[in-house]
Amino acid sequence: MIGKETAAGRTVKFAFLGLWLVFTVFPLYWITITSLKAPGDIFTFPIAYWPETFSLENYEGLFSKADFGTYLANSLIIAAVAGATATAISMLSAYVLARFEFRTKSALLMAALVTQMIPAFIALGPLYLLMTDLKLVDNRLGLILVYIAVCIPFCTVMLRGFFANVPDALEEAAMIDGLSRFGALFRVLLPVMRPGIVAAFIFNFVNCWNELFLSVTLMNSDENKTIPTALNGFISSFNIDWGSMSAAAVLTIAPTMVLFAFASRHIVQGLTSGAVKG
Amino acid sequence: MPIVSPTRQPARPRPGRSSPAKGAPPSGGPATSRRRPEFTARRALTIAAFMAPAALFVALFTYYPMIAGSQMAFRNWKLTDLTDTSWVGLKNFRDVFADPAWSTVLGNTAVWVVASIVPQLVIGFALALWLRRKFRFRGLYQALVFFPWAVSGFLIGILFRWLFNSEFGVVNDLLQKTGLSDEPIAWLADPHTAMGAVIVANIWYGVTFFTIMILAALQSIPDELYEAAALDGAGKARTLFQITIPYIRTTLALTVLLRIIWIFNFPDLIFGMTGGGPDNQTHIVTTWMIRITQQGDYGRASAIGLLIVASLLVFAAFFLLATREKKGARP
Repeated sequence: MIGKETAAGRTVKFAFLGLWLVFTVFPLYWITITSLKAPGDIFTFPIAYWPETFSLENYEGLFSKADFGTYLANSLIIAAVAGATATAISMLSAYVLARFEFRTKSALLMAALVTQMIPAFIALGPLYLLMTDLKLVDNRLGLILVYIAVCIPFCTVMLRGFFANVPDALEEAAMIDGLSRFGALFRVLLPVMRPGIVAAFIFNFVNCWNELFLSVTLMNSDENKTIPTALNGFISSFNIDWGSMSAAAVLTIAPTMVLFAFASRHIVQGLTSGAVKG
Repeated sequence: MPIVSPTRQPARPRPGRSSPAKGAPPSGGPATSRRRPEFTARRALTIAAFMAPAALFVALFTYYPMIAGSQMAFRNWKLTDLTDTSWVGLKNFRDVFADPAWSTVLGNTAVWVVASIVPQLVIGFALALWLRRKFRFRGLYQALVFFPWAVSGFLIGILFRWLFNSEFGVVNDLLQKTGLSDEPIAWLADPHTAMGAVIVANIWYGVTFFTIMILAALQSIPDELYEAAALDGAGKARTLFQITIPYIRTTLALTVLLRIIWIFNFPDLIFGMTGGGPDNQTHIVTTWMIRITQQGDYGRASAIGLLIVASLLVFAAFFLLATREKKGARP
């Protein structure tokens, strides 16, 4: 609210904000503390909120007993390549959807919305068969191609909002100066839209980094597994190795958290500037 | 929910200026008053060339498998016996409805969606209102409370599975330390508490998206509107319900719609936290579909998938109709 704040109002506000902060951060704190306990100390009473001795044993185990370095590298490569390619492709489609009026436009936007309603599982069987035909099962390139397709619809819609915010006059001037439409897009629009594009890339990256079901279906061999697939493997039917699991969880969350801390300002800014488009 | 049927349009100080809240991603609708220019081959070619890569990827890797998967719903398609994949009409759908667990699953789904979305919306809205005004460390605060959105649903399930662990879980420990509970509760093993625990995890995750979207939309409300309201002596509640909410209703409606679709289609968290148990009490339609798939009955799983897509489409159509801005309301 923009009006004047009363002292009581301020107290309520900051009390609520404080409570929410504790609620949000605590699970992360707890998994980190768990991961830093020696494996035996995780299951002792009383539960220690701050362990007397810290240990990196769980982390060492991830790299010595399991092949976590490989999973990490796979996830990094796959998410980066798929995220960047999807952003580039979505830029083209978003540009057209923001700048042109044409008959099939609303149908295309609807087609993008429908992809959000499809439960991944309905497509898994046929997708597996398709990828077998293409000889892309258990292959990093195969998963990258599928992830690109998964990222495109929402990324297009998001970037379309950013494009709408940049005046047409900008690229029209460039085209009068002799640049092609493509040239105008890359040389003139992209630099202006950099924050929005970075935000879109980070959004894609995080989605690919986190994806579980497609990766479980398409990647069989240990050398091709991504992190979520590996995490899924830590769960045996009734038992979870909480030491390895907590350490792996911290290593999975940390990069995305850093990226989001860096990008959340851009995401909000991008959405904001999209919102006040005049 | 107030956003579904707001009847009043806010007074706009300067009609003819910006349209309210174009922040929501799928901001369809009549974008501009620009008329469709004449058809030229060059223009059509540009559009086609720019759309082609995206269309190709989505068609090949999303739509083709989905359509191919859909026809399995009308076939006998069991992993146990692939020699007979004959056409069986609506048998798979009948099997879905005949399953005694199906009504439990439907009820769970309703509870899961409603009990998740309402607190997410209310808390997300409150946070956005409070974060609108600058205060010291606001940037840091946002970075800290926005991060759940970056964690995968599956991993959130794992995190909360550990927090709610009956023996070594910190939730029980805190409850006993504060005297709220005498003995440890088997949160995820007790059919009465499991769904509640899963929903708490979902609220933890989903508030951020609402906050980000609403915060963005709030920035589009001109300060003059609030100044005018203050001059008229409008109180906080009136300002909220007669200016803020009507002004950002498009964003609110689209955010709620997107979130409902996502929550409905969000088996990941439950899959990681309870796997649908105990006694099917946390199974929702999408986790149920996973279960049927894992049993090898692809035909029946596909039938459930089609039911999901169909009901979401119908729901989205009604929702968009109900929350659509009246023609002419837009400047």
